[in-house]
Amino acid sequence: MNSATVRNLLVRGMLAGLAAGVLALVVAYFLGEPNVDKAIGFEDAHSHEHEMEIVSRSLQSTAGLATGVLIYGVAFGGIAALAFCFALGRVGRFSPRATALLLSGCALLAVYVVPFLKYPANPPAVGNPDTIGKRTTLYFLMMVLSVLLAVAATILGKRLAPSLGTWYATVVALAAFALVIGLAYAFLPVINEVPADFPATVLWRFRLSALAIQITLWGGFGLAFGELAERVLNPKPARVPAGTAVAAPR
Amino acid sequence: MAQHVAQPTATTPALPAKLPIGAIVPWAVFFGILMLVLLYFVGAEQGATSVVSGSDVHEWVHDARHLLGFPCH
Repeated sequence: MNSATVRNLLVRGMLAGLAAGVLALVVAYFLGEPNVDKAIGFEDAHSHEHEMEIVSRSLQSTAGLATGVLIYGVAFGGIAALAFCFALGRVGRFSPRATALLLSGCALLAVYVVPFLKYPANPPAVGNPDTIGKRTTLYFLMMVLSVLLAVAATILGKRLAPSLGTWYATVVALAAFALVIGLAYAFLPVINEVPADFPATVLWRFRLSALAIQITLWGGFGLAFGELAERVLNPKPARVPAGTAVAAPR
Repeated sequence: MAQHVAQPTATTPALPAKLPIGAIVPWAVFFGILMLVLLYFVGAEQGATSVVSGSDVHEWVHDARHLLGFPCH
């Protein structure tokens, strides 16, 4: 049953990722797109050379956006489901549902929030095209570093738990994570390519909407995948009313 | 949801069974790489590096790339 269980969880992770992607798409369209349009308005007003439009704005902001967000959801859903297979029963005494939500919360932090605090999302018109290589390398480096450190901190916490107890082991692991991330923040190069007269409120709202997309995606994924995983792993009726479950040994 | 009440007896939730590493690794390697390739195409293709020539992929996922936090151009 084990390899089939992994396959079932993987498929459900990708489906939950797709569903969460749909929610994130709604947030991206209604909260994010207005700011993208304002930023493009700024870009057009300040640049004299007009690039030829290969894909129209109306396609980019609908079908193009949907393609990107949904693939992102499915891909991270699959990866998170595989991480869940490793984590289940190994990170602690958590039910499948709780493990799924815990894992998504950690993924939101490690995959997105930690890199975002150093290299935040930028709207069009912010960013020098000549430095795209450097910015891409640094962003992915920060993302990989953050995920690896989160895994390392989890392993450290598990190692320390028998001697320090769960509470202090968790505190030490989190502190170690924060310390190393702080060092990375301090030593990795700063990137600030915001044009001097770019409207601050548009930048702020764009970045908030980018964060809202991720919170929706990972929150939705954690809840949806938790439900599906619980059904795969505990196929018997899981929701017995509290009063009636007394005599039944599991 | 009453699980936070620490009781050493039968009400303590059972530790969920671990899935053996050997059963996970083949799926993780194959699908992990596949998912990363998908993320690459959404996040970075025709930006810093290009596998497919032109800028069609970049232009198509342009808005998603900005809003998902990837450096775009």
